[in-house]
Amino acid sequence: MTDQLTLALDTASGTVSVAVHDGAQVIAERAGQQSGKHAEQLTPLVEAVLAEAGRTREELTTVVAGVGPGPFTGLRVGLVTAGVLAYALDLELQGVCSLDAVAMGAVKAGAEGSFIAAMDARRREVYWARYEVLEIDGVRVPVRAALPEVSVPAELDLEGLRVAGRGAQLYPDVLGLPLEGPLDPSAGDLATLAALDKRFVLEPEPLYLRRPDAQANINRKRVLK
Amino acid sequence: MTEEPLVLGLETSCDETGVGIVRGGTLLADAVASSVDQHARFGGVVPEVASRAHLEAMVPTLRRACADAGVTLNDLDAIAVTSGPGLSGALMVGVAAAKALALALGKPLYGVNHLAAHVAVDILEHGPLPQPAVAMLVSGGHSSLLMVPDVTYDVQPLGRTIDDAAGEAFDKVARLLGLGFPGGPLVDKAAREGDPAAIRFPRGLSAAHDMRDHRFDFSFSGLKTAVARWVEQREANGEPVPINDVSASFQEAVVDVLTRKAVLACQENGAEHLLIGGGVAANSRLRAMAQERCDKAGIQLRVPRPKLCTDNGAMVAALGARMVQTGRTPSDLTLPADSSMPITLVQA
Ligand SMILES: [Zn+2]
Repeated sequence: MTDQLTLALDTASGTVSVAVHDGAQVIAERAGQQSGKHAEQLTPLVEAVLAEAGRTREELTTVVAGVGPGPFTGLRVGLVTAGVLAYALDLELQGVCSLDAVAMGAVKAGAEGSFIAAMDARRREVYWARYEVLEIDGVRVPVRAALPEVSVPAELDLEGLRVAGRGAQLYPDVLGLPLEGPLDPSAGDLATLAALDKRFVLEPEPLYLRRPDAQANINRKRVLK
Repeated sequence: MTEEPLVLGLETSCDETGVGIVRGGTLLADAVASSVDQHARFGGVVPEVASRAHLEAMVPTLRRACADAGVTLNDLDAIAVTSGPGLSGALMVGVAAAKALALALGKPLYGVNHLAAHVAVDILEHGPLPQPAVAMLVSGGHSSLLMVPDVTYDVQPLGRTIDDAAGEAFDKVARLLGLGFPGGPLVDKAAREGDPAAIRFPRGLSAAHDMRDHRFDFSFSGLKTAVARWVEQREANGEPVPINDVSASFQEAVVDVLTRKAVLACQENGAEHLLIGGGVAANSRLRAMAQERCDKAGIQLRVPRPKLCTDNGAMVAALGARMVQTGRTPSDLTLPADSSMPITLVQA
């Protein structure tokens, strides 16, 4: 046992995932039972996962948040929660790409070589990135070639690779059946990656990948015909 | 602790990230980060832009409020947050932040109604609220007349706008006149150089049958169209638009209806006090006419200083402190953000 104690959380998908990691392994993990409702479920789940781990919030040293990409409103619920917990409890705050967690899930389920992980980006698009399976300290991990992108599934150049995650499950006709493993990011996998290698750690800021929908509205409508 | 509780209030229902700290009825800090400049070129608040700004501003604004108040988070007795009404995605950032604070500090959480908080903020300026009071809330998002027997649990709607909010009308007319965004202060400024009697614009919902069916309701959409029509007619005739006179006459029409109905609401509901809040309460003509008409009717007028009238965290903290003082049960950590929270629900 080390004196590191990490709370990890992810809200980049339709579900909420929380975990406690002691520096060596995940000691408790919970997922929300309702789809959506991130703001309602997250804090009670944090309380529950700490209780399940038999630890208190005062013992935490680190908080790891999934930075997406993912639907913005849910993503922000996770990031603001992580940011405020870090501020109020004086914790180190780290971000990890949520797609990396999906990819890690596929690797743990046996994925090898190169593959793609994809998540639902709504509007008939997916967030995706290409991964290479490598070994770090004896653990097989997915290493991302570049930052994730957002595309319509048909424009994704698969190069014969298989696809992991919710994105594949939503568009099997285009992306093929998903690789084995969880469809959505697991907070336990986020924590595992952050603990394993600092190269998985990103700024704790959302990966929006899209500009806000907003039209400059400076021309006035005329009322006289 | 319940005598003078130290309460932090969070507000993110629109484009201001507000963190206020009060001790009982005393204001200690009122930190506000606004994204208003980012919305200016869109001529109105863009929800996604506002939500992004709330996330970025949250921890820095919390930090600033604590520094301004000279307290640490561990000194706090309770956390209060606007749980509605407002922009859904924007509210969500504040609600999540407030829950994280409540969890981290092990302190009670109060999810409160934004409109009730606009009423409660006057405690910080003028002391305990008179009971009952009539409150008029006018801003870019709301135009409501409320009966307030007890701001911690009993607020009743008397009337509201049936179309645009008062502040929205100011924004639209400002855009029409090429004055900029947000419109309220710009129209107010132009109006000071203009003649309020130059043009007789319509007074919405003031005809006899409207005073029967919509006695305490407002309508500003017709007024906005009348102003547009007048300006376009001028332009069509190749005549210059007297911006100051149009501003003053438009403002007069808005303020006339607001103050007349507010005073009437006090008289008919046995309220000796009228409280005005919301961003439009900063309007100089509204303050002057309300004062004049209240004096004539023997009604005490209470309007907090402009900084407290606009959206801020202090108002949420003020209401939260009252809830602690009166022993209200805290909200649950499953508290949702409710974008259409009714005014009759003071606490979620
Ligand atoms: Zn407001």
